[in-house]
Amino acid sequence: MIKFNQVYKRFPGGYEALKNLSFEIAEGEMVFLTGHSGAGKSTLLNLIAAIERPTTGSVLVKGQNIKSLKSAALPYLRRNLGLIFQDHKLLFDRSAFDNVMLPLQICGFDPRESAKRARAALDKVGLLKREKANPIALSGGEQQRLCIARAIVNRPTILLADEPTGNLDSEYSNEIMSIFHSFHQVGVTLLIATHDNSALQHLSGRALTLKHGELI
Amino acid sequence: MKSTFFQHGQVISFTLQRLLQNPFASVLNIVVIGIALSLPIGGYVLLKNVQNLAQQLAGTPQISVFLAAGTSPDEITRISKQLKQHSAIDHIEFVPRDLALKQLQISTGLSDVVAGLTQNPLPDAFIIYPAPLTSQQLELLRDDLKSWSKLEHVQLDSAWAHKLEALLKFGRLAVFILAGLLSFALVAITFNTIRLQILTQREEIEVAKLIGATNGFIRRPFLYFGFIQGLFGGAAAWLIIAFSLLILNISLAPLNQLYTSSFSLQHLSVNDSLTLLGFSTYLGWLGAWLSVSQHLGRIEPK
Repeated sequence: MIKFNQVYKRFPGGYEALKNLSFEIAEGEMVFLTGHSGAGKSTLLNLIAAIERPTTGSVLVKGQNIKSLKSAALPYLRRNLGLIFQDHKLLFDRSAFDNVMLPLQICGFDPRESAKRARAALDKVGLLKREKANPIALSGGEQQRLCIARAIVNRPTILLADEPTGNLDSEYSNEIMSIFHSFHQVGVTLLIATHDNSALQHLSGRALTLKHGELI
Repeated sequence: MKSTFFQHGQVISFTLQRLLQNPFASVLNIVVIGIALSLPIGGYVLLKNVQNLAQQLAGTPQISVFLAAGTSPDEITRISKQLKQHSAIDHIEFVPRDLALKQLQISTGLSDVVAGLTQNPLPDAFIIYPAPLTSQQLELLRDDLKSWSKLEHVQLDSAWAHKLEALLKFGRLAVFILAGLLSFALVAITFNTIRLQILTQREEIEVAKLIGATNGFIRRPFLYFGFIQGLFGGAAAWLIIAFSLLILNISLAPLNQLYTSSFSLQHLSVNDSLTLLGFSTYLGWLGAWLSVSQHLGRIEPK
């Protein structure tokens, strides 16, 4: 599903964020990406979502090489990915429901079908009762769950989460990890970047650990 | 296909909502576009009306022919016959010099002056009503008549119409230049409006790109916005002109009474109105398109 082959990522200015990464994630696998902050976890996720491109080496996502991907093909790659951001990236000019509707509108779904799906996604993360609320009125944990609802509403085959439990207390983070576990059970490929080692103990899954941009 | 239809419908209603969200700013923008367009279009309307009036007045051109002094009655009869036989002439009217003097006395109120004259200074004259001819053919006829003997002076009364036509041509050119400049202004207005919108929606655009929006999807609402703003601006221009004509026509009423005429300024024809709307819509779309291609590419998610 995801394959890194001798990937280097160097930023302008010479900073080397990732060095010689090679690994593979199979379909349906749940993998944790751990490491200290600044180890390159976010950069690695950005390479998969084609937000950044590798300096050398190849990144394959569903068989497509990110480095040579044309920008016109980018949106269609991203529609297969559910992205969960550390800073949520919710839109505060519309309701929670409309936030979840956005990916479906982008794909051009029938509005009635979309509404059903959006409510199902909100239900899945326990926010169905807050669908009319503006995201700004939601707590940190609720915002994170709303971000998850938006990521899964399109039924992506790959879910990428960057510190999904970053600023949450353990009760919330357990809840979110159990949501991820249920996706794992229905065959979604998950890559979860976290520095929260307690999550690893709860859930079974392979761990990739980064240190200063290298896998250890 | 069905989903594309839904998407476009959604975008249009979304665009209208966005216009309504900032009613004051939207109305100002539309009025500015309307004023910018109404200047050249208003000029065009006025020219068109003057042209119509000129055509009405110059509908029956006449040629006045003045005979040389001392032309004998026999010669007058001969000339009269020749004129009647001319293929380009419909009919003629003879104005003897005595009648001309009497008319002068009556119509100008110069009876004292005329009474003081020791002899009649006026020549005998023919008024020629030509068959329907183009202005060039009229000029040919005039030049032909000039070469006849005993015809001292030949005057084509439609000469003023030519002068007016030349003036109108000049006016039309001025209107075209104005239209060109203000079209540019209209594109610039839309360009800037869209640029501001893109800047304020930067976050939304970034998020949309992250979750798989194509450039077309992101561009669409902005293009529709330019399209609709241009359309409304064109309609505003039409209304501004209609209102101005209404006021001008009211002030024409006393003039019409004085001259017992029924002249009124006409608005754009249906075809011209549709052209105006189409043109302004196109310019709005063009401004939006230019702005979007300039600014959207620079927004990439980080």
